[in-house]
Amino acid sequence: MAAETPVRTLIAPAEMNRRTGRFLYRFVLVATLTGFTVAFVFPLYWMTTGAVKSSSELADQNLSLFPRSWHPESYADAWTNVGLGQFFLNTLLLAFGAWLTQLLIDVSAAYALSKLRPVLGNVVLGMMLATLMLPVSALLVPTYLTVVDVPLFHVNLINTPFAIWLPAAANAFNIFILKRFFDQIPVELLDSARIDGAGTLRVLISVVLPLSRPVLAVVSIFAVVGVWKDFLWPMLVLPDEAKQPITVALNRLSEFMPANQLLAGMVMASIPLLVLFLIFQRHIIAGLTAGSLKG
Amino acid sequence: MSVQPLSDAAEKTAGDDGPRRSGPRPRRGAAILNPRIRRAVRENLVAYLFLAAGVLCFALFSWYPIVRGALLGFQQVTFAEPARWVGLDNFRRLFDDPLFLTAWQNTGYFTLLALVFGFAAPFATAVVLNELRHGRSYLRMTVYLPVMLPPIVTMLLWRQFYDPGPGLFNSVLEVFRLPAQQWLESENLAMVSLVLVSTWANMGTTTLIYLAALGGIPGELYEAAELDGASVRQRLWHVTIPQMRFILMITLLLQVIGTMQVFVEPFVLTGGGPDDATVTVLLLLYRYAFVYNDFGLASAMSTLLFVVLGLFSVVYLRLTRSKG
Repeated sequence: MAAETPVRTLIAPAEMNRRTGRFLYRFVLVATLTGFTVAFVFPLYWMTTGAVKSSSELADQNLSLFPRSWHPESYADAWTNVGLGQFFLNTLLLAFGAWLTQLLIDVSAAYALSKLRPVLGNVVLGMMLATLMLPVSALLVPTYLTVVDVPLFHVNLINTPFAIWLPAAANAFNIFILKRFFDQIPVELLDSARIDGAGTLRVLISVVLPLSRPVLAVVSIFAVVGVWKDFLWPMLVLPDEAKQPITVALNRLSEFMPANQLLAGMVMASIPLLVLFLIFQRHIIAGLTAGSLKG
Repeated sequence: MSVQPLSDAAEKTAGDDGPRRSGPRPRRGAAILNPRIRRAVRENLVAYLFLAAGVLCFALFSWYPIVRGALLGFQQVTFAEPARWVGLDNFRRLFDDPLFLTAWQNTGYFTLLALVFGFAAPFATAVVLNELRHGRSYLRMTVYLPVMLPPIVTMLLWRQFYDPGPGLFNSVLEVFRLPAQQWLESENLAMVSLVLVSTWANMGTTTLIYLAALGGIPGELYEAAELDGASVRQRLWHVTIPQMRFILMITLLLQVIGTMQVFVEPFVLTGGGPDDATVTVLLLLYRYAFVYNDFGLASAMSTLLFVVLGLFSVVYLRLTRSKG
């Protein structure tokens, strides 16, 4: 990685260029690079290679950095024999549905609050944002009981994907960052589209959305990642084992599965998120700071 | 938070299509208002149509559970019959449970340890990363990798690392001729082990937030301090930390709020053991609700958790308000 443009930080360039400075810098650089690799990359390596070791090698007291014998079939076994493939697909369905519902519901809500500005819109927004202050775990029990018997509709969402999708759509963070982004789109642009005869929905689809690609990316990534990583909520609302996502299934099966197949399953559960991260690093980090920094 | 007055909205929308307006010649008085009001009502209806699904989701899965959660603590809830009011009964039973106090103590201990590790590590990391001119994006990426792992994977992986038999950690200790540890099986060490995983898994987020904040400190401040003869350590103490004070306070509070709700770590790694040493508030709440099906008791616990976390939230709000 090339050196970035120098910005004045804690240590002065002059101090850095002295002999001891240069030596210290190299030392710290090497220590950080190796330290981080060992601490954060090595566990992933361990997991991935552990999956292709034999069961006896995994149980051996003498640990091996490289697999002594290769058994890539444990991935296939975990996928088919243990049925992790099905659980993986379940997660995919849950994540895709959550992504779709959140985009549909939250984008249109943010559009209404930002550009259509109905009477009492700010009150609604305030009530939505107020939920951000509430700890999720304090609402675990009442939300669970709500999902068991949804008021007004009196349906039981347990063991349906809606139990994941709909509560996820009540996401004030999404609405907040979407609205803030929509606010920056000049009204004149929407007005000129209106004059050209575009209706309210048409303005959203052909003017607002194309301009909002960065924020849509952030919302999409967080929607998918959030559902993919979740454990407690799907464990509660999807007791039917055939419908569980891979995170819940892995924990349930972890006691019974052979160690190498368990590791293979863990790799499967992680790879989509890691790939997503490698592709969308910039967006993920941008969303991270957007959510927490600006007070 | 002001409500947009109706007349204001009507004024605006009426102005929008001035050139295109056809129809009866505008007259003074009520007649001129009627089309305006009608138009305003229609625009509001369209707006609420777009807002409807969102409001419904919030109403059903957020606002209603908030109200219900506040009431549930005072009710006895079974699926067989309608909820019954029992007053403070749930709270009384809660205080009678010897595990109740243990859970709060354990949670407090976890939070404290998590602050010691989880506060120092990301800050130190961010300060070092901010000085490095090489490999920054690689380091930034690696520190965030654990955040992207599903927590359950992290826990299952670390459970293998902590394994007293062929576990990685004890093997490493052996290389350095150090005694093997009962990571998760010893009462003294179990909680520390949980905090270690938790810190590993979560420090990426805080580190990147600090890094962004460090990048915003004006370089002139350091130059001025340097001209005044401040050493690197003095500059860190008198420039970096004061400049970061706000963001440090915020992450401190968020971390307290987050770690007080610790669940996955004890649930997967220790199940609350050994000898209840890692039973946390949320783990106990989970048992009340979903093992014993005593939703009233669990809700009383939620209410207490909410009150405690609410105090921190109020401080958080105060801080962000005064800044923004």
